[in-house]
Amino acid sequence: MSHQDIKFYQTGTFTVGNRLLDPEQRSVQSTLERTNALNSGHRACPGCGEALGARYAMDAAMAATDGQIVVANATGCLEVFSTPYPETAWQVPWVHSLFGNAAAVGAGLAAAMRVKGKSDVRVIAQGGDGSTADIGFGPLSGMFERNDDVLFICYDNQGYMNTGVQRSSATPPAARTATTPAVGPHPGHQRGMGKFVPEIAMAHHIPYVATATVADLRDIEAKVTAAMSLRGARYIHILVPCPLGWGSASHDTVRLARMARESGLFPVFEARDGEVTDSLKIRHQVPVEAFLKPQKRFAHLFGKQRDEEAIAYLQARADRNIRKYHLLEA
Amino acid sequence: MDKPMVKPFAITLDPGSSLANHTGSWRTVRPVYVHRLPPCNNGCPAGEDIQGWLFHAESGDYEKAWHVLTENNPFPAIVGRVCYHPCESACNRGQIDEPVSIHAVERFLGDEAIKRQWAFPRPAQRSGKRVLIVGAGPSGLSAAYHLARLGHEVEIHEAGPMAGGMLRFGIPKYRLPRDILDAEVARILDMGVRLHLNRKVDNALAAKQEGGFDAVFLAIGAHIAKRAYIPAGAAARVLDAVSVLHDMEAGERPLLGRRVVVYGGGNSAIDVARTARRLGADEAIIVYRRTRDAMPAHPSEVHEAEDEGVLFRWLSTITQADEGALTIEKMALDEAGKPQPTGEFETLEADSLVLALGQDVDLGLLDKIQGIEIEGGVVKVGENMMTGCAGIFAGGDMVPSERTVTVGIGHGKKAARHIHAWLNGELYQKPPTPPIATLDRINRWYYSDAPKTVQPELDAERRLDGFEEVVHGLNADNALFEARRCLSCGNCFECDNCYGVCPDNAIKKLGPGQGFEIDYDFCKGCGLCAAECPCGAIDMVPEDI
Amino acid sequence: MLKQVEGSRAVAETIALCRPEVVCAYPITPQTHIVEAVGEMVREGTLAPCEFINVESEFSALSVAIGASAGGARAYTATASQGLLFMAEAVFNAAGMGLPIVMTVANRAIGAPINIWNDQSDSMALRDSGWLQLYATSNQEAVDLHIIAFRLAEAVSLPVMVCMDGFVLTHAYERVDIPEQAEVDAYLPGFEPRQLLDPAEPVTMGAMVGPEAFTEVRYLAHVRQMQALELLPTLAREFEARFGRDSGCLIQRYRSEDADTIVVALGSVVGTLQEVIDTLRDAGHAVGVLAIRAFRPFPLAEVHDALVDSKRVIVLERAFAVGQGGIVADSVRKALQGLPAPIHTVVAGLGGRPITQASLRGMIERGMRDELPSVTFLDLQTDVVERALERERTSRRSGPVAEGVLKDLGVKAMQYV
Repeated sequence: MSHQDIKFYQTGTFTVGNRLLDPEQRSVQSTLERTNALNSGHRACPGCGEALGARYAMDAAMAATDGQIVVANATGCLEVFSTPYPETAWQVPWVHSLFGNAAAVGAGLAAAMRVKGKSDVRVIAQGGDGSTADIGFGPLSGMFERNDDVLFICYDNQGYMNTGVQRSSATPPAARTATTPAVGPHPGHQRGMGKFVPEIAMAHHIPYVATATVADLRDIEAKVTAAMSLRGARYIHILVPCPLGWGSASHDTVRLARMARESGLFPVFEARDGEVTDSLKIRHQVPVEAFLKPQKRFAHLFGKQRDEEAIAYLQARADRNIRKYHLLEA
Repeated sequence: MDKPMVKPFAITLDPGSSLANHTGSWRTVRPVYVHRLPPCNNGCPAGEDIQGWLFHAESGDYEKAWHVLTENNPFPAIVGRVCYHPCESACNRGQIDEPVSIHAVERFLGDEAIKRQWAFPRPAQRSGKRVLIVGAGPSGLSAAYHLARLGHEVEIHEAGPMAGGMLRFGIPKYRLPRDILDAEVARILDMGVRLHLNRKVDNALAAKQEGGFDAVFLAIGAHIAKRAYIPAGAAARVLDAVSVLHDMEAGERPLLGRRVVVYGGGNSAIDVARTARRLGADEAIIVYRRTRDAMPAHPSEVHEAEDEGVLFRWLSTITQADEGALTIEKMALDEAGKPQPTGEFETLEADSLVLALGQDVDLGLLDKIQGIEIEGGVVKVGENMMTGCAGIFAGGDMVPSERTVTVGIGHGKKAARHIHAWLNGELYQKPPTPPIATLDRINRWYYSDAPKTVQPELDAERRLDGFEEVVHGLNADNALFEARRCLSCGNCFECDNCYGVCPDNAIKKLGPGQGFEIDYDFCKGCGLCAAECPCGAIDMVPEDI
Repeated sequence: MLKQVEGSRAVAETIALCRPEVVCAYPITPQTHIVEAVGEMVREGTLAPCEFINVESEFSALSVAIGASAGGARAYTATASQGLLFMAEAVFNAAGMGLPIVMTVANRAIGAPINIWNDQSDSMALRDSGWLQLYATSNQEAVDLHIIAFRLAEAVSLPVMVCMDGFVLTHAYERVDIPEQAEVDAYLPGFEPRQLLDPAEPVTMGAMVGPEAFTEVRYLAHVRQMQALELLPTLAREFEARFGRDSGCLIQRYRSEDADTIVVALGSVVGTLQEVIDTLRDAGHAVGVLAIRAFRPFPLAEVHDALVDSKRVIVLERAFAVGQGGIVADSVRKALQGLPAPIHTVVAGLGGRPITQASLRGMIERGMRDELPSVTFLDLQTDVVERALERERTSRRSGPVAEGVLKDLGVKAMQYV
C-alpha cells in the first residue's frame, strides 16, 4: 500500500493523529495547519460522509502540492451543500459548472494551467457517484483516455442523494431507494454487479487508480499524496456513507465505511498503469450483515422473515472481492 | 493579481464565507468531553492514577510519569515487584488480548527513579503540626510521605532494628531486593521525616502526649504468628513462617533440614517453601486443606514456586507431628464445597514443619486507651481511619482489611489526607468518583493487537543457588511498548480522532497537553466524535430545547 | 493579406491570429475543417502557446473550454447543429458563468430528419442561452467578426457565437483579406479575465443561487448584453479604422434608405439578396436589404430606424419556430411596434435547399404586390406536402413523414445529396 505502516501499539496507525507520533508521521488532518478546504458552516446533513471525505482529500492535496490546487466540482450534494449563495464553504479555488462535465472542466483547467506556465498548479475534479458513474461517465472516460493531468475523485455514497435518494449505477443490489422500492418479489435494487468505476478506470491504463473509505484516513491521505506525485489522469474512488440515503445513524458514518471494507463488500486497493498493485487487508473480517443491518435501506432483508438468499448473494459478492483483491492476509 | 477581481454577482463567492452560517443551531445532542475512572485506577488499593502516569510513560517522559505516580504512592520500585496488581485484573485490555503489564512499567519507573536519583518535591510550606507514626512498614511510611508532602513534621517510631516492616521481614529477597527497599525508604527520609528505630511504643496515647504530637497514626502491622494445635512429639521440629522469614532477614539461617513441610495456603507459605528450597532443602511441600483454586496465594507465585520444584498436597490437614514424619489426613469437599475429614491417614516424611497459618496484631499499645474498640483482633476505625480515640488513627494490617502491601500503602495515603484535614479542623471530602470507563465504551478498532511484553525470568536452576531476584525488569524499549498498550480508558490521550472525524470542523485542537474544545457554533451533534473516540472520553448529552 | 481561400481555412487562420490558448475539437460537419486546420497549426507550432484538445463529445468540448476560461485562458471551440444541441447545457452554463469563450457555429439544420446542410435552426435554437450571437454574411465578415468577437467577449465577459452558414460559407472558396498578426495584436490585447481560479486568490465560481438573487443575476446578464449593444459599434468603428472594413456593426443596410420594401435577413443569403435588389432597383423598384449582424443582443433601435420609413418588411429566415412562425420576424415586429408596415415571414433555405435569385425575386415581387401571406415557405413543393397529408388522413400507419416525402420525390431528391 502507499501508506507506511507505523509500529505503534496503543492505537496503531488507525487514529487521526496522535501526540506520540513524530510530526512527519502525523496525518494532515491531525495538524493545526490543515487547510479545512471545506470549512465550517456548510449545509451537509449531520454525519455526512461526503463532507468528511472531501475535506480529507482536499486537505491532503493541499498539503501535497503546497497549496497549489484548483478544483472542478460536479453538481450534487457536495456542490449544493457547500455553495448556496451568499456563502461558500470552500477555501480552495473551486468551480462548479454542470452535473456531467466535471472531468472535462478539469481537463480545461489543466490545459489552462499548462498554457499559462502554471504547471505547478494541480487540478482536481470531483463529484458523487451519479456524476461519475452515470451522467458524467463519458467526459470522465474521455479525460482518462486523453490522460489529461487531472485527479478525479469520486465520493461514492451509492445513490442520488441530493435529489431524494434514487438509485445510481453504483447502488448495491437489494438496497432500497426511491426508485427501487422494497416491494415485490425482489425488493430493493436489482441484482448485478452495477458499475464499479475503478475497474473501468483501470481499463484505461491510466497511471493511478485507487479506492478508499472515510474510515481509513491515513490511507486516503497516502493515496491522494501518491496521486499528486504523478502526472496524467488519476482516479480515486472514496466510499462515503450517507446517513440520509442509507438510513443510518449520523454517528455510524465512519463505522459503516469500516464495515463495508472489513466485510469485503468494498475492496480498497491501488492500481498503477492498469494493474492492481496492492490492497488494504481486512483486519477483523465481519460478515456482510455487520454492514447491512444498521442501514434502513437494507431493513427489508432483516424483517420477520430474513431474506437469506439476498444476504447470501451479497456475502458471495464480498467473498469474490476478497478473492479477487486478496483482501485477507495470506 | 495586481487588480482585485470584480466578481460576478452571486455566482462567484469569497472563500470560507460559510462561517456566517452557524449550523450549531441544528443540534439536538451535544458532545461533551468527560473523564471516566479507568478500571485500573478503580482497582488500585493505593489509589494510583495509573492511566495518568502511563500517559506520560507512553511518550517516554518517565520522570514526569514517576512524579505523577508518586503523588499517590512513594514506592513504585517496591510495589512494581510485590503488588499482586489488582489493576491488571481490572484492565479492560485483558478482555481484548492481555492486560497491560502495569506492575512491570511501574517497577521500571521506580528503578529508573533510583538509578537517576529523582527526588520528591519538598513541601512549599510547613504547617507547624507534628504527627507521630508508629511502625515503619509500608502503611506507616506511606502516611509519613504524604504527611510530609502536606507540610507536616513527621516522626516514625519503629520497634524493630530496620525500616520496612513486612516488606523486609515478610518478603524474601528474591522477590524484593533490599537495595530497592532501602532506596525508596531513604527517599522518604530525605524529605525530612525522622525515623527512630528500636523504639517500641507501649502506649499510643502516652506517646502522643509525651511527644507533644498533634496526631498519631498507628501502623504496627501483624507480626504474631497464629498457631494451630497439632499434637507433636518432643523431638518434632515445628517453626512458624514469621520467624523463619524474620530470621532470614536477620542473617540467621534457620535449620529446616532436607525435607520441609509448610502448612498453609497463603503467600507466606509460598515464601517459606521457596526460601527452604534456596536454603538447600531437597523437598519443600506445601500442605493445604483446600484445593488449589481456593488458595489465597497469588497464582503467579504458585506458578513460580512450582517451577522451582515446590510440591503441593491439596486437601490435606496435618494431625500429628513427630520427629522426621507427619501424619496427614486427607480431606474431601462436601456439597457446599467445604473440606471435610475423610478418616484416611498417611505419613509424610519431614525434617521440619513450618506453620504459615496467618498473623495476629500485637495490640498492647492500645491497652486502656479510652474509646478504642477492638474486634476480631484488629482495631476498629471510622471512614476517616480514626480510631475511637480522637487524634489517633490506624491503618494497615492492624485494621480490618485485606492484608497486602498495597492496601497498607493506600491506608497510609488515606489516613494522611484525613489527618491533614483533621489537623486543620476540617473533614476530608473525597472528590466525587466519575463512573467507570467500561470496555463497551472503547472503540476497539483503533487499537492494534499487541500482546503484553513478558518480563524475563531467572532460570529455575539458577534461582535455587541463592536469593537473586527471580523476575527481571523491563528495559526502556519494552517499557515504552508496554505503556503504549494502555487503552487510556475514559480519558483523552490526544489521538486527534475527534478533531479529524468531525465533518464540520467543529473541534478545536488546543495544542499538546491542552486537549480539544468543541465549537458549538458549528457542531451539528452528529456524534461521530463520540463514536470514533477510541477511549470513550466523549459523551453525547441531550440539548435543552 | 488577400487570398483565395476556403471559408473554414480563413476562419482557422484568423482564430490563430487571435492567439487562443485552449482549443477544443470535436468533429461535426460542416465545422470540421476549421478545427482541423487550427489543430494542424498547433501541431506545427505556428500557433503557440496553445493546447489543442481532442474531446469525446461537444458537451466536453465546451466544458473543456469552460474549464480553460475559468482557469484564465482564452478558449475557443467550434460546432454545428446536433453538436450545438449536445452541448446545450454547457452553452447556457458558459453564459451564466460569464466566461468569454468564442465559438464558431457553422450553421446547419437539426434532425430529425438528420440533415447535414445549412440552415440556422441550430444557433436560433440557442438564441436565448445568454450568448452574444453574430451572423456573418460573407467569409470576409466571418474573419472580421471572429476578431471582434474575442474583443467583445472579453470586454463584457460573455461568450460569443460567430455564426456562419455551413457549406455556403465554410466550404466556399472566396477572396478573403486575412489581417496581419501585428494588426490583430494591436486590436486584440491579451486576455485579462474578470475572474479566474487562482490558488493565490481563491474564489468559488458557480455558486447555487436561489430565489433571493436569481432574478438579479439574470437582470445583470441582460444589462451586460445591453452594454454589448453599445460597445459593438465602438469596436466596429475601431476595427474599421484599423482594418479599413466595416464588419462589425449591429446591422448593415443595403439600398434601403428610400426603400418601400425592405428584406431583412441574417447570414450568407444577404449577398444573394443584394444581387436581387440590384436587379429590382434597376427595374425601378424601391427595395432594399437590412442585414442583422448582431442577433443577440438584438439592436431594436437600429432596426427600427432602418425600417421606420418602409411600407412593408419581408423577413427572410433560415429557421422556423414550428407552430408559431418566424423567429427573426418577431423581433423585427417588436422593433416596429405601433408602425403600420406589414411584416412578412418568408422561411427559406431549410436543410440546405438553395435559395435562388429567381425565387427571391418572385417572392419580393409578390411582396411588393402585397400578395405575401404572413408566413411563406419559399419554394415549398405543395404537391409533396399534399400527398403526405393525404396519406395521414387516410391511413393510421402512414409511415414516417421524411421517408414518405423522399419516396414521393424519388430521384429528384438525389440532386441535393
